[in-house]
Amino acid sequence: MKLIKVEHAYKIYKNGTTAIADLSVTIDKGEFVFVIGSTGSGKSTFIKMLYREEKPTRGKVIVGGIDVAKLRNSKVYKLRRKLGVVFQDFKLLPKLNVYENVAFALETLGLPNNEIRPKVLRAIEAVGLKEKTRNLPSELSGGEQQRVAIARALANDPKLLICDEPTGNLDPDTSKEIMKILDSINRTMGTTIIMATHDKDLVNRMKKRVLVIEDGVLASDVKKGSYKVHESVKDSK
Amino acid sequence: MKALRILSRSIRDSFKSVFRNFSLSIASILCTTITLILVAVAIFLSYNVHEVTTTLEHELTIVVYYKQDVTDEQKIELENALKTMDNVDSYETKSKDEWKAEMQKESDTLKTTLDYLEENPLLDSVIVTVKNVSDLSETANRIREFDFVSSAEYGEGMVENVIGIFDAISWGTFGMVIALVLVTAFLISNTIKLTIFSRKTEIEIMRLVGASNSAIKLPFIFEGFILGVFGSIIPILISIYGYVLLYNKTGGYVFTKIITLVEPFPFVIILALILLLIGSLVGMFGSWRAVRKYLKI
Ligand SMILES: Nc1ncnc2c1ncn2[C@@H]1O[C@H](COP(=O)(O)OP(=O)(O)O)[C@@H](O)[C@H]1O
Ligand SMILES: [Mg+2]
Repeated sequence: MKLIKVEHAYKIYKNGTTAIADLSVTIDKGEFVFVIGSTGSGKSTFIKMLYREEKPTRGKVIVGGIDVAKLRNSKVYKLRRKLGVVFQDFKLLPKLNVYENVAFALETLGLPNNEIRPKVLRAIEAVGLKEKTRNLPSELSGGEQQRVAIARALANDPKLLICDEPTGNLDPDTSKEIMKILDSINRTMGTTIIMATHDKDLVNRMKKRVLVIEDGVLASDVKKGSYKVHESVKDSK
Repeated sequence: MKALRILSRSIRDSFKSVFRNFSLSIASILCTTITLILVAVAIFLSYNVHEVTTTLEHELTIVVYYKQDVTDEQKIELENALKTMDNVDSYETKSKDEWKAEMQKESDTLKTTLDYLEENPLLDSVIVTVKNVSDLSETANRIREFDFVSSAEYGEGMVENVIGIFDAISWGTFGMVIALVLVTAFLISNTIKLTIFSRKTEIEIMRLVGASNSAIKLPFIFEGFILGVFGSIIPILISIYGYVLLYNKTGGYVFTKIITLVEPFPFVIILALILLLIGSLVGMFGSWRAVRKYLKI
């Protein structure tokens, strides 16, 4: 079943930059998809259109049955509740501990406390931070902070997890740890994961579907592939 | 249920925020307080001056004294003339003996003095009630034309002056209130603006996880509301206690019966509610402005 359907999408920023051009792709429920490309190639722009941080200038972007281009500003929250987003900077609230940071997301949605607690604990457990529930972000390593951010994105059981360079600030070992967690979330919970990165080694190790974006254009779409495979394909062209 | 939880969360957040930006909050609250005290004064004046005007217009009288040697025919002549004057509402004669009796009742000293005198030194009089304050002096002048009339007195310029002064004061206060309301709204708006900036990450996360727009905006609107309500506490207490005290101390009359204070209840309650309403509206208006300008969703 298609979770995401992008048809001939364009994003031209107000200053005239064409960040995405004629991009078409579909992603099924339960897939794990990398979006790779060098800095400035348009990965973030593509991802932002998926959670309606940016509207496509032209074309169609449909996520979980919602037509993103037609979604009014006041209704964006309906889309956001279906997905979780994780960034390179973790965007944690420094004065709240791990539990409170994760619970914050559910509290703003107006969930009752007796529903919040089990959801928060389950999410914290899924990222392996059970021992640090009461720690403040400043008492955690970068990898642990990113895990809190992942737990927060997962807390409301979204069908889709969007990650924009989640390992961008982390060393290789910590990155591997994060990838392990994302992989297990994808396998055990069936959450669809889309992750933008420019880390070739990481992509090559994982053997997942890879969307390669170059200068805003989808250069290739490799199933169970890697960046190297793609490059050889491109070279042979 | 869900809306209620979001509401209570918003209120909790707003209170936290008020105390987090304490110095700014205090500035906003003080400004609201000063504004509302002036509002209270303006309402007090305009309400009671209105009372003055109506009271004066009802009870405005010219006291006409005849000369000592006035004859009964002359008295009838004046009374007939009064009947033809458009501005005369009614009149009442009061003889020198009636004056004497009244004065003797009021004071023992006067009683003995007047008793001591063989002849009544007082004058016969007519008390004329007019219809229209503005034609008062003209009516008095016409009465003075009779040569057997010794005097025709009224409050002279005082009545008009008092009304004029109170009018000027209440207009001046009104202008100041408008200016202060604007300053207050601006100050509150500025406070909320800083709150919005200081909670940028929080707002970003809320948007990201799918909090509805109202859930994101409500805490800020409430914060302005709370600032306004806090600012109205002191003015409300001053109005209630001050007015009741003034009323009890003066027996309801200020400036020798020229201002008659209205009964404290329900006046002070209405005044308090008006202050609370203005305070909270100004607060919410200020925060609404900030939210509209700085919280782009
Ligand atoms: N808000 C924006 N306004 C104008 N240009 C932008 C904006 N965001 C990104 N761009 C431009 O769009 C292109 C793609 O950027 P981005 O999607 O951030 O790439 P990536 O995430 O792959 O590094 C770049 O040239 C960038 O400068
Ligand atoms: Mg990027």
